[in-house]
Amino acid sequence: MTVALSPQELANRIGEQLPEAVVEAQETALFVKSDSLLDVARFLKSTPNLDFNLLVSISAIDYLEYFELVYHLTSITHNHSIVLKTRCDDRDKPTVPSVSGLWRGANFQEREIYDLMGISFSGHPNLKRIVLWEGFEGHPLRKDYL
Amino acid sequence: MAMSSQPARLKTDTFVINLGPQHPSSHGVFRIRATFDGEIIVDVEPIFGYLHRGVEKLAEGRTYTQDISLTDRMDYTSAMTNNLAYVLAVEKLMGVSVPERAEYLRVILAELNRIVSHLMAVGFWLNDMGAGGFTPLMYCLREREKILDLFEMVSGQRLTVNYMRVGGLLRDVPDEFLPPLKRFVAEMPGFIDEYEQLLSENEILLARSKGVGILSAETAINGSVVGPMLRASGVNWDLRKADPYSIYDRFDFEIPVGTVGDNYDRYTVRIAEMRQSVRILEQAIAQLPTGAVRTKLPNILRPPVGEAYGHIEGPRGELGFYLVSDGSIAPYRFRVRAPTFINLTVLPDILIGWKIADAVVTFGSVDICMGEVDR
Repeated sequence: MTVALSPQELANRIGEQLPEAVVEAQETALFVKSDSLLDVARFLKSTPNLDFNLLVSISAIDYLEYFELVYHLTSITHNHSIVLKTRCDDRDKPTVPSVSGLWRGANFQEREIYDLMGISFSGHPNLKRIVLWEGFEGHPLRKDYL
Repeated sequence: MAMSSQPARLKTDTFVINLGPQHPSSHGVFRIRATFDGEIIVDVEPIFGYLHRGVEKLAEGRTYTQDISLTDRMDYTSAMTNNLAYVLAVEKLMGVSVPERAEYLRVILAELNRIVSHLMAVGFWLNDMGAGGFTPLMYCLREREKILDLFEMVSGQRLTVNYMRVGGLLRDVPDEFLPPLKRFVAEMPGFIDEYEQLLSENEILLARSKGVGILSAETAINGSVVGPMLRASGVNWDLRKADPYSIYDRFDFEIPVGTVGDNYDRYTVRIAEMRQSVRILEQAIAQLPTGAVRTKLPNILRPPVGEAYGHIEGPRGELGFYLVSDGSIAPYRFRVRAPTFINLTVLPDILIGWKIADAVVTFGSVDICMGEVDR
């Protein structure tokens, strides 16, 4: 059974290394600042007894006031998991750091989010539309796109 | 004028070939923009989206039960497992439990679907390769028909079954369902033996697949590759064991893994997985209890505000649904973690450096379904 790590315990550990990165340890997820997302992700991936080597999925949700990004991470070595969340308030030019340098599996998923939700990922090697054609206007998964 | 003593070097330019969007090996509309140096592939860019129907957006405008029919149409060769992943996510969101009989029937149908999907993967792969021509595919389709007959018996449909429901199943299976199922389970190991006898040591198959398209375990994990592709690279990761959902912890079965991660391993892992599915089927049929198949729930579901991620080990890997509810009758967000879409990330790794003729075979061994990649 995959063990869901306690966000609070993990938040304390991250706090030792990266103070101010964690905004809140929610019941099921760890909520981090978008600026520190990459540092937290690197910490989770490279710390030996955490070893989150598998990025399962990235989901983006449009809450109108802000965008939320949800990262499901799993460690195949230790069989535990954590949900990482971050927010992006800027509706006109939403940007978060790309994690595709750490997990290549993020590449297509971030492109899909860029395509359908209109969130840019800084540092992504090939950020362009993936399922819709170049020249398509708008981002259909946004709640204000009808 | 003095001639150079150096022998003249033949200068060649690289050139681009589009494999697809209409290509027999893509089994859908998929394009590989490949750059060649002579016969060798030096760059690969997968281009898709031709089948994009906006499933995630569509689902936000339909009720939770209506969305089940959308999942059928994603990976249209494994509708049962798609249904299962989705209803598990909604059940997690609502905190609903499922009757025992329904759990067993779900496992039976999911494993039958795994066999269908692997038969298609293996059959079409051999067809692409030209190992024995069209015949191996026809062998596979023969067995597949028996399962599709069973699906038709329970749901009225062969492919888009729309059979699972939140809290159980649409209805109980008919009385005439079990005898042919038992017959199939008894016959299937013999069929796999026959198939392996004909093909697993086939010279064309060995020459075209052994040592070709190698995917290392590190690359696979880093690229979020899942399913038989990941296991062929030697990583023992199957959610049925790693994070058992439904009642998979009650069955005795093994996870076949490969050694080098080449095309041949991806083939043998799928064959071995079919044998394990038969083992699960045998146990599930023997233990199948009687009773209700559906928990009583309101006709229109209104899950509480919240979010849930439900995932299963589908035939092609981890299929996950991330649902966000705002308390209304339709999901606020319906996100699909599609295994084949993400598996394509590593396509350049297994194609670059190989010849154009290997591209078709290696690409076939990835086993994609465009309905799911594009959604």
